[in-house]
Amino acid sequence: MRVTGQRRGRAAVAAMAAALLVAGPLAMPAQAQDSTVLRVALVQEIDHLNPFTASFASSTMIGRMTWEFLTLPSAEDTSPTGGVAESWQTSPDGLTWTFTIREGMTWSDGEPVTAEDAAFTFNRIMDDPQAAEANGSYVTNFQQVTAPDERTLVIETKEPQSSMTALDVPIVPEHIWSGVKDMSAPRTDEVEIVGVGSGPFLITEFRRNELVRLEANPDYWRGRAQIDELQFVSFKNSAAAVNALRNGEVDFVNRLTPVQFDALKSDPNIQTNQAVGRRYRDLLINHGAQNLDRQPIGDGHPALRDLRVRRAIAMAINPQELVDKVSGGYAQLGGGVVPAIFQKYHWEPDEQQRYGFDPAAARALLDEAGYRMGPDGVRVGPDGRPLELRLLGRASEDYAQRAAEYVQGWLGDVGIRVSPNLVSDNEVNELSSGGKYDLAFSGWGTNPDPDYVLSLHTCANLPVGSGSSSSPAFFCDEQYDRLYQQQRAELDPDQRAGIVHKAQQRYYEQIPSVVLQYDNALEAYRADKFAEFPKQPAGSGQIMEQSGYWGFYGATPAEGDAGGGGGGLGTGAWIAIGGGVLVVLVAGGVALSRRGKSVEDRE
Amino acid sequence: MTGTVLSSGHGPDDPQQRDPDEPRGGTGTARFVARKVGGALTSLVLVVLLGFLLFRMIPGDPVATMTRDRPTSPEQLAQLRERMGLDKPMFQQLLDYLAGLLRGDLGTSYVFNRPVATMIGERVWPTILLVGTATVLAVLLGLWLGVRAAWRRNSMFDRAHTGLALTFWSTPQFWLGMMLLIATQGVFPSGGMRSPDAPSGFFAASLDVAHHLVLPCVTLLVVVYAQYMLVMRSSLLEEMHSEYLTTARAKGLRDDLVRRRHAVPNALLPTMTLIFLQFGMVVSGTVTVEKVFSWPGLGLLTYDALWGPDLPLLQGVFVILTGSVVLMNLLAELLYRVLDPRVRAS
Repeated sequence: MRVTGQRRGRAAVAAMAAALLVAGPLAMPAQAQDSTVLRVALVQEIDHLNPFTASFASSTMIGRMTWEFLTLPSAEDTSPTGGVAESWQTSPDGLTWTFTIREGMTWSDGEPVTAEDAAFTFNRIMDDPQAAEANGSYVTNFQQVTAPDERTLVIETKEPQSSMTALDVPIVPEHIWSGVKDMSAPRTDEVEIVGVGSGPFLITEFRRNELVRLEANPDYWRGRAQIDELQFVSFKNSAAAVNALRNGEVDFVNRLTPVQFDALKSDPNIQTNQAVGRRYRDLLINHGAQNLDRQPIGDGHPALRDLRVRRAIAMAINPQELVDKVSGGYAQLGGGVVPAIFQKYHWEPDEQQRYGFDPAAARALLDEAGYRMGPDGVRVGPDGRPLELRLLGRASEDYAQRAAEYVQGWLGDVGIRVSPNLVSDNEVNELSSGGKYDLAFSGWGTNPDPDYVLSLHTCANLPVGSGSSSSPAFFCDEQYDRLYQQQRAELDPDQRAGIVHKAQQRYYEQIPSVVLQYDNALEAYRADKFAEFPKQPAGSGQIMEQSGYWGFYGATPAEGDAGGGGGGLGTGAWIAIGGGVLVVLVAGGVALSRRGKSVEDRE
Repeated sequence: MTGTVLSSGHGPDDPQQRDPDEPRGGTGTARFVARKVGGALTSLVLVVLLGFLLFRMIPGDPVATMTRDRPTSPEQLAQLRERMGLDKPMFQQLLDYLAGLLRGDLGTSYVFNRPVATMIGERVWPTILLVGTATVLAVLLGLWLGVRAAWRRNSMFDRAHTGLALTFWSTPQFWLGMMLLIATQGVFPSGGMRSPDAPSGFFAASLDVAHHLVLPCVTLLVVVYAQYMLVMRSSLLEEMHSEYLTTARAKGLRDDLVRRRHAVPNALLPTMTLIFLQFGMVVSGTVTVEKVFSWPGLGLLTYDALWGPDLPLLQGVFVILTGSVVLMNLLAELLYRVLDPRVRAS
């Protein structure tokens, strides 16, 4: 045993020495890089790079960097600004839009960007169902798209459409994409095709599940970006992404949880950004789910069809406390379905209109509606059915888990028994789209143009069959629909804003859901490498998931930073350490096998 | 290492050793192999059928899930259904699936619109690298510690290592991985298999991968080595009561020689089976480790497939993973017969 012990020690020393020998020459300083690289952790998968089929948020974001839009929301206040189109005008009847294409703009392969490219893009989406997969909704009202000359694009619509300056459709080069017959072919995700663009960055490498590398477009019409390279690095675990930010392996992380955000605040090398968010969170109330044929679906509690009961629920819950306690203060109190970030179209009830937290009033309303308190503290309706509601939520979501307890408590106080039903995401989708719930936590991401979020609540958006589409609240109200149509046809922005406000007010009064809050977008970046990122809207907005590319396009490297490799140790050192570990393993194995041999030798 | 020990195991002083010239029982072996292969094939067919049925029972309409968060017209929905073959009756879908499978076509992913076989093909190697390295290391470490622990049963070494192994065995992998990540303070990369700017050249690139491999491999290793250790320990303990060891000692052989040349080889057999069985299990068990370290392998692919739910992808991964378990099981049984003369005799 003594001999073995000594030998073991010797083997270890030999392994260490060997490791040092190998590691020594490799442990060079960080690779000298002249170029500035911005590395962004991407927690969501990429489904496609093909802009016609890309639907994940991460994929569409990469598309925004690569292909310029006709027009896009400005960084300052999300008002429409020029992209491929330099200017635009509307015919007096509001049905014909004429866009003048920017002069001198080129694709990255040198071809000019023309009106034909734009016309091709829209026509392809209108004609080819596969090309409509991602952006089909933008062209449903289009009658005809033509390019009378290289610099003029004419779009005729069936009905006036105010959101024509907010078409979130990347314009692609006709000479590349006209050769693509099958829009869903896997090769349309390859750099050969998606690498030709007109945006601030160009895709140069796509390693699925690992990395998307983009280079600054030297001929970009607004001017070359200050950074040379933009990399989206795949992370499947947000905690690991945060760790990578701390270690300097990545420079930018978003979608942080309040806990992660607070933890990063104390790091001197890291700058955090608490931005007003673009999502609203709400509590759906199943007031009678129905499908497009107006046939009732699902099994919602009938009591919820009574507006007084819904009103009582709205008054029995306290959204401010959810903001403070569950979201750690990183949210704004809710109002209408257009979040507060989009000031012009956002609507909030005034003090009289707001339901306010008032359990006494809620009890009175329930009494009035005929729901008498039962002996067990649960109200019973005129039909003898107790007011017992199921509350649907995602088990994967921290918010749902914690908020469910608050809601259960508050509603219990006024005599409504709530049983939380927290299930998998798929099950939530299945149950909520099939109307098989009473209350449900939900939410929606919105665009600068309010048309889309308002359209979600129109009768036309009711599901075709049970569980077949995504109607968030099964709202179908004539008055709301009229207001929706009006705002859609109203081309004067101020007039339109007034109608958008009214539509949200109608929604608020009918309470198909209670908009609880607008979550903040929580982001963080390496302040030692990057000085500034433009926000949208300026001052209070977010950097990463903008409508546009301003955040990364305008990234300004910190002074004196040469950019490049990870913070702390350089690539060479990493390699050396990896090599060292390997050597230790190999040397250990060799030592072990030698030991075996020497025993045999002695035998 | 195990190979040399094994071959030297059937020494002349092994009382269990049969006559080496004993006929291997040609027809018996053929029948045995045929029976085992037949059993494995039956399992595979069941796996394929189960894979098809199982994922049609999970909640969630794939089309609705795919189109959530974006407005979709009824025509678009119908089109998607048609493209995915969801408009056909269930039985027809099953037939299509089986026919495809026979051609080696696992279908096309709903979400990524790529052939499932290609997607799995891309992910197999990272997982094999991770699981293979972890298994080899876990086996070496586990067997070595197991032998030591058994030989010095109830010593400090034994108690400490058995306790430690059991602790690690019951540690949640996710938590362990995160702790390692935080504790190593950026010495190792937080995720992925390669650096974004991986150095070119085979040697440098391999080192880069090795560097990324360390943490996921250690996480997996720490959790799985325990069972090798414990099985080795207990099977060696059983052997230690055998008379042939007393004989060996009586011949005046040194203690560590008795252990290595006589006791260990015989105690190794149960562990061999375990290694094969576990290799199959570990592949499917990498979901957690791959998720923690964003390792682009089959585990992550499974996770992505579940998120959809991307039925063809889920089916494909399920068939490949369970198929590998069945295959490993078969190999273990066949190998056991080759390695252990007692099995052959019976």
